[in-house]
Amino acid sequence: MMQAGTVQAVQDMSDTAYAVSSVVKVVLTFTVVMVVVALLTLLERKISAWMQDRMGPNRVGPGGIGQPLADGLKNILKEETHPGEAAGVFFTLAPMLSIIPALVTFAVIPFAAPMPTRWGVMPMVVADLPVGILFLLAFSSLGVYGIVMAGWASSNKYALLGGLRAGAQMISYEIALGLSLMSLFFVVGNVGLPQVVWTQQRMGTWFFFTFAVSFAFFWISSFAETNRLPFDLPEAESELVTGYHTEYSSMKFSMFFIAEYAHVLTVSALLATLFLGGWDIPFLQRDDMLGFVDGRWVGNVPALWITLVTFLSFAIKTFVFIVIFMLVRWTVPRFRYDQVMDLGWKIMLPASLAAVVVTAATVLALDSAGVTFEQRALGFVPVYGGVLGVVNVAMLAVVVWAMDRGRTLSATGSLDERRARAKQTARLRAIELQTAERGES
Amino acid sequence: MIILFWFFAVLAVSSALLTVTRKNPVASAIWLIATFFCLAAIYTLLGAFFIGIIQILVYAGAIMILFIFVIMLLNLGNDYEPDIRGHVWKVVAGGTSLVIAALLARAFSGELPAPLGHVAGPASLAAQTADRGTVGVIAIPLYTDYMVPLQFTAVLLLAAVVGAVVLAKRKV
Repeated sequence: MMQAGTVQAVQDMSDTAYAVSSVVKVVLTFTVVMVVVALLTLLERKISAWMQDRMGPNRVGPGGIGQPLADGLKNILKEETHPGEAAGVFFTLAPMLSIIPALVTFAVIPFAAPMPTRWGVMPMVVADLPVGILFLLAFSSLGVYGIVMAGWASSNKYALLGGLRAGAQMISYEIALGLSLMSLFFVVGNVGLPQVVWTQQRMGTWFFFTFAVSFAFFWISSFAETNRLPFDLPEAESELVTGYHTEYSSMKFSMFFIAEYAHVLTVSALLATLFLGGWDIPFLQRDDMLGFVDGRWVGNVPALWITLVTFLSFAIKTFVFIVIFMLVRWTVPRFRYDQVMDLGWKIMLPASLAAVVVTAATVLALDSAGVTFEQRALGFVPVYGGVLGVVNVAMLAVVVWAMDRGRTLSATGSLDERRARAKQTARLRAIELQTAERGES
Repeated sequence: MIILFWFFAVLAVSSALLTVTRKNPVASAIWLIATFFCLAAIYTLLGAFFIGIIQILVYAGAIMILFIFVIMLLNLGNDYEPDIRGHVWKVVAGGTSLVIAALLARAFSGELPAPLGHVAGPASLAAQTADRGTVGVIAIPLYTDYMVPLQFTAVLLLAAVVGAVVLAKRKV
């Protein structure tokens, strides 16, 4: 299946070519991310309009496609207010601090199969760091500084509350986020994102099944990390005006928005990479490749069409997650603050710890039995990923059942039943009272 | 490389100085974060990617956000009140840092024996990283040679956590 070893036509890039291609990739990725972020603001408004049976923005350009441009122009031209009590430098620094981590994190996500060029094979990732996912976790956790600082520097009690909430929420959910990735780490044996994609290709199953518990927890935490509904406590407009950016106006306000959408984009791309096979094309072995390891090419021979198709595959997967982010935002109500903390500390932290232990035991059993990633039962059923997947889905079922305890899943009519029972009890008590009164008189 | 090292070294020292001279505790904390970042950059320049990123993840990310959290909660409204920085403490702190600087200067000028791994360090680190991977170079010794100290540290931390809970919540 896989031909590891040096392939004649495949050669590594020279240092100059590497430097030039890196600059090109940085500029291209930055441009694409910024344009996509602008379009995401429009997409969000269109989706919300669609879900609420409205038209949405439709004045600027065909179908409202020019709306982000008009919004941006408006935000630049608006007056910039600066509260007298605000803490000068920090007030200006805060939006910058929130936007930089959101953009930097995209650098380590591989967005297509390596591309063969005249100057050697170009890996389609801006920076293939040896600490890929850790880099991502580190920098996405820094985004909260912008929010906390904005809340504090505004000298506004609503903003301060928003900032504090953001801080507490991020700390709580980062733990579950990191723990949920632990199982992935010890199966992949590396923290680089290209290796995660490569392992999924070798295993033949994507990790959303193999690590179902991690997938669920990572996804839930990513809602909290991006401050989107149902976890948008830091900007809960019904309680805190608009939370940490209450005092911000014009382009500074806009920067918080860009940061939020850039974060959504990055997290969706990350979810696609970690759990949906990244740029992998399902049911196709031809695109399975890793890159150069110690000067030797690992995987199949790269080709231009593979790069293009895999990029399309990656884009579709990312888009799916983005759309789900938006659908969720316009579907569910906001959690209460204590519920958010309970979910993070009392459910997700112990459950993800338990999941790590069980997954580790399964991995140990599989490794002791000598099962390899490439092994297939009946010629097509992946053994390694399959066993891990079954164990994980069972664990996820237990967690969901324990969280629910018959409140919503047991029967859709349970609430009605309870209401009817309550009514019945009240009626009986009223009759009892009446008879008691009659007996007294 | 050497330019980058000096850039981050100067930045680290100056932000560390700003950390101790700022009147506003939040500003101090922000400069401390800047110091941690510069240290992480220096670790990365030395080839210790994992230590560098953990520096950001744990110190700049988790611990400092707790610091800022506490400062903001406890110090509302009186940001500029003088705190416990008496003259004695200033002298003690300044003296300690001078002694450390003098020791370092003597070590690097060759009067004292060179620090462990100062000469062979980078090459051996590169060889081990190639052998075991960026994370393995820390993890494999930690979980094999230093297993018992690691376990003791874990027990110590657990005791600290339990103690904190008991102190914070007397009526359990």
